[in-house]
Amino acid sequence: MSRLAAKFEELAQSGRKALIPFITAGDPSPGFTVPMMHAMVKAGVDVIELGVPFSDPMADGPVIQRASERALAHKMSLRRTLEIAAEFRKTDQTTPVVLMGYLNPIEAMTYEGFANAAQRADIDGVLTVDLPPEEGQECSALLKARGIDPIFLLAPNSSVDRVKKMDAVGSGYLYYVSLKGVTGAGHLDVADVENKLQQIRANTQLPVAIGFGVKDAETANTIAHLGDGVVIGSALISKIETNLDNPEQAKNEIVELLTSIRQALDCGLGTEGVQE
Amino acid sequence: MTEKYNMPDERGHFGPYGGIFVAETLIPPIQELNAAYQKYLKDPEFIAELDADLKYYVGRPSPLYHAERWSRELGGAQIYLKREDLNHTGSHKINNTVGQALLAKRMGKTRIIAETGAGQHGVATATVAARLGLECVVYMGAVDVARQSLNVYRMKLLGAKVVAVESGSKTLKDALNEALRDWVTNVDNTFYIIGTVAGPHPYPAMVRDFQAIIGREAKQQCLEATGRLPDALVACVGGGSNAIGLFYPFIEDESVKMYGVEAAGDGVATGRHSAPLCAGRPGVLHGNRTYLMADDDGEIIETHSISAGLDYPGVGPEHAWLKDTGRATYVNITDTEALEGFYALTHMEGIIPALESSHAMAYALKLAPTMGKDETLIINLSGRGDKDMQTMAKREGIEL
Repeated sequence: MSRLAAKFEELAQSGRKALIPFITAGDPSPGFTVPMMHAMVKAGVDVIELGVPFSDPMADGPVIQRASERALAHKMSLRRTLEIAAEFRKTDQTTPVVLMGYLNPIEAMTYEGFANAAQRADIDGVLTVDLPPEEGQECSALLKARGIDPIFLLAPNSSVDRVKKMDAVGSGYLYYVSLKGVTGAGHLDVADVENKLQQIRANTQLPVAIGFGVKDAETANTIAHLGDGVVIGSALISKIETNLDNPEQAKNEIVELLTSIRQALDCGLGTEGVQE
Repeated sequence: MTEKYNMPDERGHFGPYGGIFVAETLIPPIQELNAAYQKYLKDPEFIAELDADLKYYVGRPSPLYHAERWSRELGGAQIYLKREDLNHTGSHKINNTVGQALLAKRMGKTRIIAETGAGQHGVATATVAARLGLECVVYMGAVDVARQSLNVYRMKLLGAKVVAVESGSKTLKDALNEALRDWVTNVDNTFYIIGTVAGPHPYPAMVRDFQAIIGREAKQQCLEATGRLPDALVACVGGGSNAIGLFYPFIEDESVKMYGVEAAGDGVATGRHSAPLCAGRPGVLHGNRTYLMADDDGEIIETHSISAGLDYPGVGPEHAWLKDTGRATYVNITDTEALEGFYALTHMEGIIPALESSHAMAYALKLAPTMGKDETLIINLSGRGDKDMQTMAKREGIEL
């Protein structure tokens, strides 16, 4: 069983929701990321999504765009992101790490070259924003053959057919984009998410993580309980952005926010809030 | 090359190029667009309305002009100019925006968005939006806003909102990123009019089909003027919409040579250029696989060209396919050479070309003398130079 499958099974058994932070590798500097990942694990996160910086992040809002630009200014790349993940793995063999990024850096490495490198770095899942399943068969097969889960997106306007397709090609979990828009956008409609999740649930057994528009403990808690977990990205990266002259402060604020979300998620379901 | 050309396949592939590489939220609107396009492509009423707009609003057919003096001067091929510069709004861009706007209207969309580089596509979009009473937002890189301020004013005058994009390199590619972000956010009421033969399927095929009127007319006009097909075609290539518009109807006519002219900026060897077909590598950007300007890590490189309309790191996937199959030849022209083309046409024929089209003129300076006097060369004069007057005056040290 993959680390992701095992993690979601463990969470389901204890009745808990997955807390999944997203940070961009190498933002604000390459040395920041590995200690930040360990600190997030201490704060109680379950899976880490590591953003691969790209020059043209078409699906991202301004906060994550700027994170990419800061990382690229330090010559961050897919190769160096894999090095960061491998470095993290040296002292944490249990927390699943998912790479999230765009296709062109993978194309530049070739699919097979990337799949091999991801396996060497002990990556658990890969979410490629601009690689829908129709075009992604070759890449997904190479990843799956190496025990890496290809993770796919679902959107508010995805049809039932689309949900079934993602169920067939995806593994690990499905990432539900809770609103039409880019990362970090506002106005999340809980009733809409709830309705859509019912439709998704009816067509897949895969865990569903919900992201886009999650800002704080309150929204995280509300949203997480509609699925199996919640992804929070822009709100974390904003902490980095407001503390560019003091990365330690950024780290502390991120840990504080994640700790409060962890508490809210676990209290939200009452009795089963087990400590890590 | 097979005799029958039937590209792309139903999922938008031109061999290994093209396709649909977008985030999941864009899949439903792309499917909706493709369905509408396939339907109206064959709808006699739609075609009749489009033809009437092209005739009475755009001013088609555009002339095929025999540049006799320039041909004599160069001492080789007979040069004919396809006068897309005479279209309403001053370039070939309107052929496509008229078509897509009619599609938007039939699909019930109330809001139009577009990206623009030189501003010609933005102006052509703002124009059709004004005519149909649709809300219009145009994304334009902040660098381009500064160097094409005349077109910015035209768009505003036409009622469009022009958004200066400050991210990345602040040019055309960043405008496209921002337009895609807008589309993802406003998919329900918004139609995205892409101006070139790039983007996810069906855009490369759809824009080509709307621009193919250029080649269809040119073929007929050439037969009328010379009694036979041309020997060579020349067009500038940024994203490649004017070039594919001219080339497409000639693809199966194997005797007709095709030359696409990319922008070499300071020179391909310097790395400061916009010539992905000549000096790039295949990759994926803006929804399709094609030749790109990217580094070893797959990050997109900033491009350089004197002409904002050619300042783009990718190129339409069909051009990538035509390059690989050898059906078309892709060459490049530096900023300096483009200026020679600009002055040559201005002085020899009294026609001031756009800086984009000047790249095609500059290549003709090289190609025409190598051809026989009984041979015919058609150059696509894709736009007029009015928008570049400030840039040119500044280069000459003249204050307007």
